[in-house]
Amino acid sequence: MATAEDKNINALKSFMQESKTKDHPDSQLISILHKAQELYGYISQEVMNEISKEMNIPTAHIWGVATFYHYFNLKPKGKHSISVCLGTACYVKGAEEILNTIREELKIDFGQTSEDNFFTLQEARCLGACGLAPVIMIDDKIYGSLTPKKVVEIIKSYKK
Amino acid sequence: MPARFNITLCDGPSCIHKRSKEIVLRIEEELKKHALTDKVGINLSGCLGMCDKGPVMIINPGYAIYGSFTEEDVPEIIQQHILKKKPVVRFIVDEDHLYNRFFRVFGDVNFFGKQMRIALRNCGIIDPENIDDYISLRGYEALARVLTDMSPAKVIAEIKKSGLRGRGGAGFPTGIKWELTAKEKSDEKYVICNADEGDPGAFMDRSAIEGDPHTIVEGMVIAGFAIGASRGIVYIRAEYPLAVKRIKKAIAEARESGFLGENILGSGFNFEIEVRLGAGAFVCGEETALMLSIEGHRGMPRPRPPFPSVSGLFGKPTLINNVETWANIPVIILDGASWFSSLGTEKSKGTKVFALAGKVKNTGLVEVPMGTTLRQIIYDIGGGIPGDKQFKAVQTGGPSGGCLSEEYLDTKIDYESLAKAGSIMGSGGMIVIDEDSCMVNIAKFFLEFTQNESCGKCTPCREGTKRMLEILIRITEGKGTEKDIDKLQRLGNMIKKASLCGLGQSAPNPVLSTIKNFRAEYEEHVHNKRCRAGVCQHLLVYEVTDKCVGCAACKKACPADAVSGSPKAKHHIDINKCIKCGVCFKVCKFNAIRKS
Repeated sequence: MATAEDKNINALKSFMQESKTKDHPDSQLISILHKAQELYGYISQEVMNEISKEMNIPTAHIWGVATFYHYFNLKPKGKHSISVCLGTACYVKGAEEILNTIREELKIDFGQTSEDNFFTLQEARCLGACGLAPVIMIDDKIYGSLTPKKVVEIIKSYKK
Repeated sequence: MPARFNITLCDGPSCIHKRSKEIVLRIEEELKKHALTDKVGINLSGCLGMCDKGPVMIINPGYAIYGSFTEEDVPEIIQQHILKKKPVVRFIVDEDHLYNRFFRVFGDVNFFGKQMRIALRNCGIIDPENIDDYISLRGYEALARVLTDMSPAKVIAEIKKSGLRGRGGAGFPTGIKWELTAKEKSDEKYVICNADEGDPGAFMDRSAIEGDPHTIVEGMVIAGFAIGASRGIVYIRAEYPLAVKRIKKAIAEARESGFLGENILGSGFNFEIEVRLGAGAFVCGEETALMLSIEGHRGMPRPRPPFPSVSGLFGKPTLINNVETWANIPVIILDGASWFSSLGTEKSKGTKVFALAGKVKNTGLVEVPMGTTLRQIIYDIGGGIPGDKQFKAVQTGGPSGGCLSEEYLDTKIDYESLAKAGSIMGSGGMIVIDEDSCMVNIAKFFLEFTQNESCGKCTPCREGTKRMLEILIRITEGKGTEKDIDKLQRLGNMIKKASLCGLGQSAPNPVLSTIKNFRAEYEEHVHNKRCRAGVCQHLLVYEVTDKCVGCAACKKACPADAVSGSPKAKHHIDINKCIKCGVCFKVCKFNAIRKS
């Protein structure tokens, strides 16, 4: 039986093979990295090597692209990811206070994962929910009109 | 299954006189003939008040008002409108402009009634995932007109005549951009929709795509025809999953219906659109960086010329426009360039969408004609500042724009006047700031953003913004010196002049504009070590007020042993020992600690 690992690599490989049939296959690199992140949750050195082999793109170039864009994670993430919006509207409405509360509560900073591998803290540029500022996003769910107290309650509700 | 169409017939005396009763019977008969009885609902309404146009009938969705027709016309209307989803235009009463439809639905709400929606005309009205809804509101009619009645040169002439300028921020005349790209000879050309909306505090592109994706598709196909391109790309932020899903669905539906692909509407013109995802780099909103990103590289801008119209994506002539610009194209074709250019100011035509947010009662998307004042947007539409607070500034144009003080509130919005006031139109972020925010801190916030997003290719931007940020941090920590403000201005002007792309050229704007308009606040930070808004942590002074009951919570919590006092008596903070961490403020249950 195929393991989850095999399944992921096969899915990625067939995605790359399809990409190669399109015009300018090299230009599909960012789409491939998106796919890899969707499958694995992050982009590891091994996955970059696989992409390099399959697409015939130097790993150095892949590394350069993967590190240039904020969206790509190079380290595994926790079970849930918390993105704190630091857009202007949220900032004006006290996002910094929300952020500090989360930092204290989970004892982690941006890009870090809590010791129990439960939460990863990320910075978001603008979630486009400015009307609800300040907002955070946990996985795909948006929480708006926050206060430090509400944030602590929300985080606790995930741990239950 | 719910009825997909609903026909409402006016049952007023005047329409009865014009045989509305007989018309209802005829409609029922026709529906039966086409086996549509359970797909179309019929109901009668009281007098609709358009008696001179009787008989009057409304077909929904789409709110198409039919008038002055007879029983004999019913088969045609059912055939065309219900079966082929094409309203029979010669009976449509309301020949006014597209945007009016919005007001039939929302016009009596104050927030909407004072706006004028052209780019967002369908948002909130149609089901964005149903192409028929879009078509019922004259969707793809502009494309049909272009392909059947117009030459590419005529389309470009129309766009030029409309006076439409790029809505992404720079305000370059759209028609001229099209003309330059059309002029180039090449085997392949590209049309790109820039949906990499990265400005923090701006969300109009997201809403426009989520609410009305087909208008973007239609605009792009029209441009493809006008400039001789067969490939289109929508470059959109990966952070907007719903917008990505909807634009993809719209493209698939348009292809199925023959508005995309080979031989569009039988005209022999071919056009394809694909979607490419961004990956969270602000600089990719810059056109040359965006194209490099599509090509699979790090998105780092390159010098221009050559402009994309000459050598763009994969070295081919490329036309790049912003989402909002695309949304205006079908309207200009349908309602005419002369109508469009009658709106707005002398040099800025049409409307602009703003994402109104921050310290304002009504937040959301606001579309107003150019020439509307900031005061009208913030007070008449936005409802003013909540909680009786004092207005301090309005920030337009995101991290590339500036902060304008109260004296600029009556500035009429257009590209030139905002630039003159020291800000920019930008893509349309508009953040209202009240007395609770510190302007130095706001400037620092924006610079942190641009500094972080600088791609690092050119020195003025990479090093210059870093040095400016260091100075700002110094000032907010109370370590600023007399010379720092002048240094910021000198450095800022230098970065503006010497940077390679728009990011660097505009990065100092928030700092320069706040120094210009709020210099007193900078001076207070430097000379008096005071932050009047109470935001800059290091400049705060914590005091215990008479509300203190002596519970000693702050004394226990203080990491610096700065709090003294005996139980049940008022405590005291030693400002020399205080490290301004704010813990005492947080733990106090009696609001007895005052920051100032």
